[in-house]
Amino acid sequence: MKRENAVALRSEIADFMSLEAELVDTRRFEEWLGLFSEDLHYRMPMARNLAHQGIRAGVEYLSEPLDVSWFDEGKETLKTRVAQIRTGVHWAEEPLSRTAHLVTNIRIVDLDGLPDDPTEIQVNSKFLVYRNRNADEEDTLIGRREDHLRRVGGSWQIFRRTVYICQTVLLARNLSFLV
Amino acid sequence: MDIRSLVDIANGTASREIFVEDKIYRRELEQIFARSWLFVGHESQVANKDDFYVSRMGEDSVILTRDRQDKIHVLLNSCRHRGMKLCRYDEGNTRLFSCPYHAWGYSTDGNLVETPGELVGVPGYEKYYHSELQKKEWGLIKAAQMVNYKGTIWATWDPNAASFEDYLGGMRLWLDSALDHRDGREGGSTVLVGVQKWRTNCNWKFPATNFIGDAAHAVSHVSVNLAGINPSGGKGRRDQRASGHAAFGWPDLGHGGLGFLPRSEEEFPREPSFQRYPVVSEYLAEMAAKHKERRKGGTHYQGKGTIFPNMSFHEDQPRTIIVHHPNGPTQTEFWRYYLIDSDAPEEVKDKLRHYYMTYSGPAGMTEQDDLENWTSATQASLGGVARNYPYNYQQGLGHSEVCDLLPGAVWCGETVTEQNQLVWLKRWAEFMEGRNWDELMRRVPIRNDVPFPMKAKEIA
Repeated sequence: MKRENAVALRSEIADFMSLEAELVDTRRFEEWLGLFSEDLHYRMPMARNLAHQGIRAGVEYLSEPLDVSWFDEGKETLKTRVAQIRTGVHWAEEPLSRTAHLVTNIRIVDLDGLPDDPTEIQVNSKFLVYRNRNADEEDTLIGRREDHLRRVGGSWQIFRRTVYICQTVLLARNLSFLV
Repeated sequence: MDIRSLVDIANGTASREIFVEDKIYRRELEQIFARSWLFVGHESQVANKDDFYVSRMGEDSVILTRDRQDKIHVLLNSCRHRGMKLCRYDEGNTRLFSCPYHAWGYSTDGNLVETPGELVGVPGYEKYYHSELQKKEWGLIKAAQMVNYKGTIWATWDPNAASFEDYLGGMRLWLDSALDHRDGREGGSTVLVGVQKWRTNCNWKFPATNFIGDAAHAVSHVSVNLAGINPSGGKGRRDQRASGHAAFGWPDLGHGGLGFLPRSEEEFPREPSFQRYPVVSEYLAEMAAKHKERRKGGTHYQGKGTIFPNMSFHEDQPRTIIVHHPNGPTQTEFWRYYLIDSDAPEEVKDKLRHYYMTYSGPAGMTEQDDLENWTSATQASLGGVARNYPYNYQQGLGHSEVCDLLPGAVWCGETVTEQNQLVWLKRWAEFMEGRNWDELMRRVPIRNDVPFPMKAKEIA
């Protein structure tokens, strides 16, 4: 990829990630859903404490197809989650939580090797999702994401997202907020 | 501690102190968690020799392990030397547990030790201990009793505890309905790989008494019912249930939940389910037909609920186990397991897995709302004034009757009743009073016993 294309793509993707965070944090959930493709695969695997050899073997996060995850679903289920929040009687989100998604360390994988006008890219990033609800209840999820994006018209859509949080025992009462 | 001043079974009230007070919580750890039968894990988590899985019994960390002679053991995960958490991995494979602090080493290898978990290696044993340390006396603490029930592993620290079968009583028939294969074979289930573990700032008794039926379910879960995760499509969160679903409790044992009024296997309806997923729907229909054939002439027992004190299960939709580990008076650590026929086709397992995860666990669209309620109820009971006012469990009080069809159980013909919460609290009080096992199992007469409030018999 030519240098000026790479600079432009990096800036475009950083904007995309910021927009995604802004939409979810300002509760424009329906617009947020629009950033994901209909064939989305959204997974948040669970981590285990393993001896060093297990970590080296790359099996710290349970990622086999039939392993239990925190989330492992498609677009339809994400839509159902938004519909549940919109009922106004989803007590875990009524009153709504306040969230702030901080997304950093955004890196387009193998940027140099991409064609000048790529149709699919992998974007790795780090995130901190802070949630506050009611008066003094706080949850913080920190980890990394691997997103796969597809060019759709003049913009991008995420068709695969894998979220790796740093906790083995989830230190949050629930995951009713969108990560 | 005057337990009877805290729980008034006859009047259907319980002090808020039992949900928030540290002294009461400490006593629960001694009187309930050090004596009851507790769910530890599943045999599939230690499928091979030397496999181990670290679990909990109450606040205590335990190691579930399979030795080289293929026997399963439950060992306290704390070094006898200075208390160090011996194994800090969640799972793995070893027969030597070596302490990271001073390297005391414990073995499960029957060729080296007489008792699994025995102390084998102590650095400086000859030079610094002068070979005088009594190694046999300093092995890992072992659960006093352990059973493998259809793949599920249970243990108790109390050598005098009643047998697991007696402890379960009639509730065993419902546990079977969760653990038995859908085609009616005994056992034949396993757990999916991966245990969801999460912490919530609620007292452990909220979840323990939530999975046994009352008015909460229709109110708490209105949003998921509106959004709809029904596996046959449309509104609601599960398929239509068979008739005769009601709350049943075992007042002498503390267990209870929601289940079906027993009837003959031939009469029990087995309607189509999971119709959004033809592969699952066809599998379940085929298994249901086999179930009916295999068990013809028998009685159909099916239900879900809480096994006293802190294990709750659901026999289908979603077929799961959850353990409410106490983690301080106002915190619970939940461990959720998902049950499946071990030989079901992969696609069936996958679709069921997806349904389970969208229903239960911290991301489950049903469970999320429960977690919110239990937290807010615990926190709002902490206030200096709030603490003085007891909780109310009077719904259906005095309307329970013996159900001859289900051994040892009482019911009042409804799903919406607080009968089972009182059944559970009655057992809680009996343990907390420090009754011995003869008293707990009613093998001896009990002075000043508190009977469960039943419907007054009509005078002829």
